[in-house]
Amino acid sequence: MPEHQEKSIVQSIERMSPSVYRLTLHAPLIAGEARPGQFAMVACGSTLDPLLRRPVSIHQCSADGRLQLVFKVVGRGTQLLSEIRAGQTLDLLGPLGRGFRLSPGPVALIGGGIGIAPLLFLAQSLMQTGQADGSCRVLLGAQSGEDLAPLAAGFETLGCDVELATDDGSLGRHGLITDLLPAHLPNLGKVYACGPHPMMAAVAALCASAQVDCEVSLEAHMACGLGACLGCAAPGADGRYKHVCKHGPVFKAAEVAWTTR
Amino acid sequence: MDNAMTIPSPPDLRVALGPLALANPVMTASGTFGYAAEFANLVHLNRLGGVVVKGISLEPRAGNPPPRIFETAAGMLNAIGLENVGVKRFISDKMPYLRTCGCRIVVNILGDSIDDYAALAGQLSAVAGIDALEVNISCPNVKNGGVAFGTAPEMAAAVTRAVKQETDLPVIVKLSPNVTDIVVMARAVAESGADALSLINTLIGMGIDARTRRPRLANVIGGLSGPAIKPVALRMVWQVASAVSIPIIGIGGIGTAEDAIEFLLAGATAVQVGTANFYNPGATEQIIDGIADYLRQQGESSVQAIIGGLRLGA
Repeated sequence: MPEHQEKSIVQSIERMSPSVYRLTLHAPLIAGEARPGQFAMVACGSTLDPLLRRPVSIHQCSADGRLQLVFKVVGRGTQLLSEIRAGQTLDLLGPLGRGFRLSPGPVALIGGGIGIAPLLFLAQSLMQTGQADGSCRVLLGAQSGEDLAPLAAGFETLGCDVELATDDGSLGRHGLITDLLPAHLPNLGKVYACGPHPMMAAVAALCASAQVDCEVSLEAHMACGLGACLGCAAPGADGRYKHVCKHGPVFKAAEVAWTTR
Repeated sequence: MDNAMTIPSPPDLRVALGPLALANPVMTASGTFGYAAEFANLVHLNRLGGVVVKGISLEPRAGNPPPRIFETAAGMLNAIGLENVGVKRFISDKMPYLRTCGCRIVVNILGDSIDDYAALAGQLSAVAGIDALEVNISCPNVKNGGVAFGTAPEMAAAVTRAVKQETDLPVIVKLSPNVTDIVVMARAVAESGADALSLINTLIGMGIDARTRRPRLANVIGGLSGPAIKPVALRMVWQVASAVSIPIIGIGGIGTAEDAIEFLLAGATAVQVGTANFYNPGATEQIIDGIADYLRQQGESSVQAIIGGLRLGA
């Protein structure tokens, strides 16, 4: 599956919540080949500062060349990206990395915050291919309802069973989304997780003790996204470094050396 | 026939680094282009003057813990820690693809001792498809690594002699900028038989997160690269070109044809593109095309004509 450097055209940019934006792009080369869990390296500005592209997971894409990216403003690069407007071009590199491996049987998707973004693409693929046997449990959490509601939209219409939790209790259950997982584990064939490191570490531990397969999507600072700079190292359970861009970003949870940080 | 006569012949981009002839002066810098396969879908590898592969040591190296990189103003810091597959796996796993690239293949080597460098040179000399060796005496990241070789002229000279003794391949020595006088290092290496010099490697730097009061890199210090270092690199290339007679490969913040041309004017015979491969994978081919365009605009038939062409004085 070849990577492309593609000058995409911005069709729209929407502010989903105070710091989260959704970009809709015309990027037929990347949209035509992207798989759930893959990402793109996005050139956020047109000058040499900030210098490096930013990795952004693929939120949705369609056969007509439409590609959606959802990102959170966390620094100068993503701030610049939030200022782009419809009609402008955006230089992308993608699709990159190893995505989720779809396997048959009942599944749960568990997402936290901006980590929810790539799970919609995964849910679409699971439901469209019938892999989930019609049983796709989706557990989504964020700090507040304002953050969570726009990211959680779209799962129910796919036929997923959605449960929500927020840190402040303003939407869904008051507490951590991981608290909702144990009740479902006995009925699951596989769990897919994307979110903050502590959330994924907790999911990995729960799945390990219930002997349920689990895949996680990791995040890392990266310079190239191509496996060349070796900057995105993450410690593996085998004591060797994995490169998030190439070996991942999606890993089997058992491959990752989980830390409590 | 008439048409053919009105089309000017394309400028001659060929250059020679001593015994190493290149189709054009644009190479990739070690550690920024993997083992070339990583860029196969994005770059026409057979258009490149050469690929310098990620530095190879005798034994595999795991590299440093993360975070390994940090973006700075128009640049980046890295402390990868010389992660590599080791020479055995390089030869068995990486060389088969590299042989198919259709461009010059330069293998960057690094070691902890003179014996390491000599052993690497010996082993790699027997491998088909390698066109030259680049000796990394300057990587600042590994505490017991090459840093002493790159900052002590007599040690740099000894490594150069040891490598030359073990190989008939052209030997390029890559210089560290983290020295008081790079000309002293360049002379020591040139007098020891190096066929060419490449400079500069990264400048040692550091980043701190004020909020957490912690270093930005797990290794605390790392190498600065990217556009931010170009003026320093250009100055060093010019100084070294004025002092030694062997060819020089200019490296440091090159991202456009104009950047590359500045290095050629300063006296470099070729250039290596490094960090730009990360933010613009198409950089090398754009630079090759841009140099040809520049030569046409300047009425030059060959890139040789501009090497060292810096105009000084009134």
